[in-house]
Amino acid sequence: MPTIKINSEKCKGCGLCIKACPKQCVAFSKQFNKAGYHWAVLEKEDTCIGCGFCYMACPDICIEVYR
Amino acid sequence: MEKILSKPQSLKDTVLSYCPGCGHGVIHRLVAECIDELGVREKTIAVAPVGCAVFAYDYFNFDVTEAPHGRPPAVATGIKRTNPDKFVFTYQGDGDIAAIGMAETIHAANRGENISIIFVNNANYGMTGGQMAPTTLIGQVTETTPFGKDAKREGYPIKLCELLSTLEGTTYLERVAIHNPQNIIKAKAAIKKAFQYQIDGKGFSLVEVISNCPVNWRMTPLNSVKWIEETFIKFFPLGLVKDNVEI
Repeated sequence: MPTIKINSEKCKGCGLCIKACPKQCVAFSKQFNKAGYHWAVLEKEDTCIGCGFCYMACPDICIEVYR
Repeated sequence: MEKILSKPQSLKDTVLSYCPGCGHGVIHRLVAECIDELGVREKTIAVAPVGCAVFAYDYFNFDVTEAPHGRPPAVATGIKRTNPDKFVFTYQGDGDIAAIGMAETIHAANRGENISIIFVNNANYGMTGGQMAPTTLIGQVTETTPFGKDAKREGYPIKLCELLSTLEGTTYLERVAIHNPQNIIKAKAAIKKAFQYQIDGKGFSLVEVISNCPVNWRMTPLNSVKWIEETFIKFFPLGLVKDNVEI
């Protein structure tokens, strides 16, 4: 099943991956990371198609895509 | 399950110092991916500017040198002429390339130096806190134009690609943007083409990348990419400006 891994400590919570996701399966976490940001998480794991749009939009290169 | 997309080899595993949502990170990744794909990492020498990307040597996993403000094209000229087998590119912002470094840019282009320039246009001076740049749009509010840029007082935004296209020394000029994945794919193709032209010895190439600066534009990252789409690229039209190789 396609999935993504987001590095919670490198993420700055800009939300560009959330906007880029065509399936709306990425969302902000409720917790804060060490830098004080709500990092992005893959909320709906079964809807991810591994298209890589979130990886492309991420300015901090903290997303890995598996397929 | 196989990893299909992850950080390119030409980038180090460090946290970027850029603000949340800043386009520099995406452009760094595109440059690094192109260098990985062309297999020139071991012979690359990049020239970093003065500006937000001044710490590029901390992020790129190849040799990077620093140049005085605005002088990367001159430094790159020297490096390329003394080491013609190396792959040399500069990474510059709008304050660097179009304000203090305009003379170096125009003359390097006019000489047709076999170098590539990645020009990041975010319509203001990012590092110093968002002052007006030569590329600031008419009516845009910045730190030094609090009532909006007025053409009668501050002049018009400089379209560098169109300006350089009149010079016979330039080979390839293209303007791209990174406000959505579709445009990011196009931007990568343009950067790769510019790099390939240098490897083939075709001459001077410049890719202008329209980028966002959410903090200094006083916008959220999401509003900043929307502003690129609705306002910025209306004034700076995207697309190929000049290509001497494929006409």
